[in-house]
Amino acid sequence: MAELAAPLPTWRRMAANGRVLWGGGFLLFLALVALFAPLLAPHDPLEQDLMLQYVPPFWAEKAEPGFVFGADNLGRDILSRLIHGSRIALTVAIVAAFAAGLLGTVLGLLAGYLGGWVDAVISRLVDIWMAFPAVLLAIVLVAVLGTGLHSVIIAIAVIDWTRFCRVVRAETMAQKEQDYVASAVTIGLSRFRILVREVLPNVVPLLLVLLTLEMGIAVIVETILSYVGLSIASDIPTWGGMISAGRQYVHQAPWLLVLPIVCVVLTVLALNALGDGLKDTLDPVMRK
Amino acid sequence: MSAILDIRDLHLDIVASRRRNHILRGVSLDVRPGEVHGLVGESGAGKTMVGKVVLGIAPPTAQVTGGSVRFDGGEITHMPDRARRSLMGAGLALIPQDPMTSLNPARRIGDQITDVLRLHLGMGAGEAGERALALLRDVHIRNAGRVVRQYPHELSGGMRQRVLIAIAFACRPKLIVADEPTTALDVTVQRQVLRLIKEMQENAGTAILFVTHDLGVVAKICDRVTVLQAGRVLEHGPARRVIEEPEHPYTRALMKATPRYDRPGDLLEPVPPALVDELNAAAAAYDRERAGA
Repeated sequence: MAELAAPLPTWRRMAANGRVLWGGGFLLFLALVALFAPLLAPHDPLEQDLMLQYVPPFWAEKAEPGFVFGADNLGRDILSRLIHGSRIALTVAIVAAFAAGLLGTVLGLLAGYLGGWVDAVISRLVDIWMAFPAVLLAIVLVAVLGTGLHSVIIAIAVIDWTRFCRVVRAETMAQKEQDYVASAVTIGLSRFRILVREVLPNVVPLLLVLLTLEMGIAVIVETILSYVGLSIASDIPTWGGMISAGRQYVHQAPWLLVLPIVCVVLTVLALNALGDGLKDTLDPVMRK
Repeated sequence: MSAILDIRDLHLDIVASRRRNHILRGVSLDVRPGEVHGLVGESGAGKTMVGKVVLGIAPPTAQVTGGSVRFDGGEITHMPDRARRSLMGAGLALIPQDPMTSLNPARRIGDQITDVLRLHLGMGAGEAGERALALLRDVHIRNAGRVVRQYPHELSGGMRQRVLIAIAFACRPKLIVADEPTTALDVTVQRQVLRLIKEMQENAGTAILFVTHDLGVVAKICDRVTVLQAGRVLEHGPARRVIEEPEHPYTRALMKATPRYDRPGDLLEPVPPALVDELNAAAAAYDRERAGA
C-alpha cells in the first residue's frame, strides 16, 4: 500500500522559517546575556563615578575607552546596566507569561469543553476583565500589592490570563467536535482524560504562539511599571527605570533614553517574530 | 439464539430551537452473536443515528422518546456514565466512517492503541505495547514496529482505517458498530478493508452492525440486512433473500440504483420520486397518528 509522502518534521520547518530563526536567535542571545550578566558586564552596574558623568557612547568624540555605551548622570556604565536590566526583563517575561498562560488555559479548557453554565460564568468574567484598561489595572494592582518583582509578575498574570482564556476556549470548542474525540468516547475514556490527553495536546501549538506573544507584552508592561516607578527597587537596573531616569537628561545625554528603548523594542520584535513564525510552522491549517 | 443487540420500537427526535424533527420512527432490529447485520438506507434515513444511540454518542439535541435498546440483555439507553464507560471499548466498539479525522493527530499510533488495552484489560505499558504490535500485525500492517511510533498524518487513509479496526477489535468486543467504514476510502482500498473486517470478525466471533448505503457491500459481507427509510424499517431478512428477491418496492428500486459487479452493463435507474413521496407521506401520516394517540 502506498504511503502518503510525509511532510517535513516540525523542527525542520521551524529551522527553515526566517522569523523563527532571527526571533529565536536573538532571544537565545539575550537569555545567555542575562544568565551570564555578572561575567559579561564590564563594570558594576551600580558603581558611580562622578568624573564619568554623561560620557557619550563610543561613536561620539569624547568617548571614554571601556565605556562602550557611555555613562549616565551618576557616571554608571550604561552597557553594564543594560546587560543587568535584561535579567529582570526576561524573568518577568517568562514567569508572568507562563503564569498567565496557566491560569487562562485551565479556565479556557474548562469553558470550552464543559460548556453550559461553566462556560457562561467564565466567559462573562473574561468580558468584564477585558473592559478594564490593562495598564491602569496593572498600576492599581501593583499599588495594592506593593512594588517588587512578585507584584509585577502577579499583576501581569492576573490581567492577561484573558488572552489565553478566549483563544483556548475557542480552540477547545473546535477540537471537541472533531471525530477523534468521539472515537475516544467510544473506547470508554473519561471526560477529564479526554480533555487532558486528547484535546490539550492539540491546543499546545496554539499555546506556544500565545506564550511568545504574551512574553512581548509582559516586557512592555514591566517597562511601563518601572517607568512609573512601580516595579523593582531602584538599586536594581531595569530598562524601564533607565528610560525613566534618562528622560530627565534627554537634552544633555539622549542615549540614556534611546539605548534602553532600543533594547525593549528589539526584544519585543524578536518575541513577535518568533510567535508569528511559530504560528506559520505549527498551525495545522497552514500545515495542510 | 438470543440477540446480542435488541432494538425495539426506537423513537428519536432532534430538537433544535423549538423545532422537533422525527428522525427514528419505531425502529426495531436485532443482531445475533457473531453475525454481520447490515443497516442500509439513503442519506438522512437515520441509519447513522441508530449506530450513535447504540454507542451513546448521539448529539445532545437528540432525544430518545420511546423504545428500548438492549445490549447483551441489559438496557443501554439512559445508562449512567460510569457503567457506559466500562462497556465502551470493552464490550461495544466503533469502526468510524472517516479514518482521516478519527485518530488524534497529536498522539502516536501506539499510544492510541494501548489506551484501550490499559483501560479495559488492566495491562501495563510493556504488555500493552506488545499487544499493540500483535494487533497491528493482525490487521496486516507489515512494519508494525515503525507504525506504533508514527503520527496519523504519516499514514495513508487505508493504513489509518486498519489502525482503527485494530483498536475496535483490541478487547474482543461482543458487538462492533461499523459506521460506513469504507465510504471515505478509494475503491481498491475499500475491498481490502472490507475483507479485513470480515476476516477479523470471523476470527473473533464478533457481531457487527454494519451501517452503509452501499448494497454492494451488504451483498459481500452481511448475513442479514435491515432497510431503513425516513426512520422506518421497510424490510428485513437474510441478506441474500433481500438482495435477490426484495419484497418492498423501495428495496427493489434501491437495487436497481446500485451498480452490480455480477451484472455489468445493466443500466441504473434512479429511485422513482413518486415512490419516495409516497413513503415520506406515509411517514408523516405515522407522525400524525402518533401525535394523536
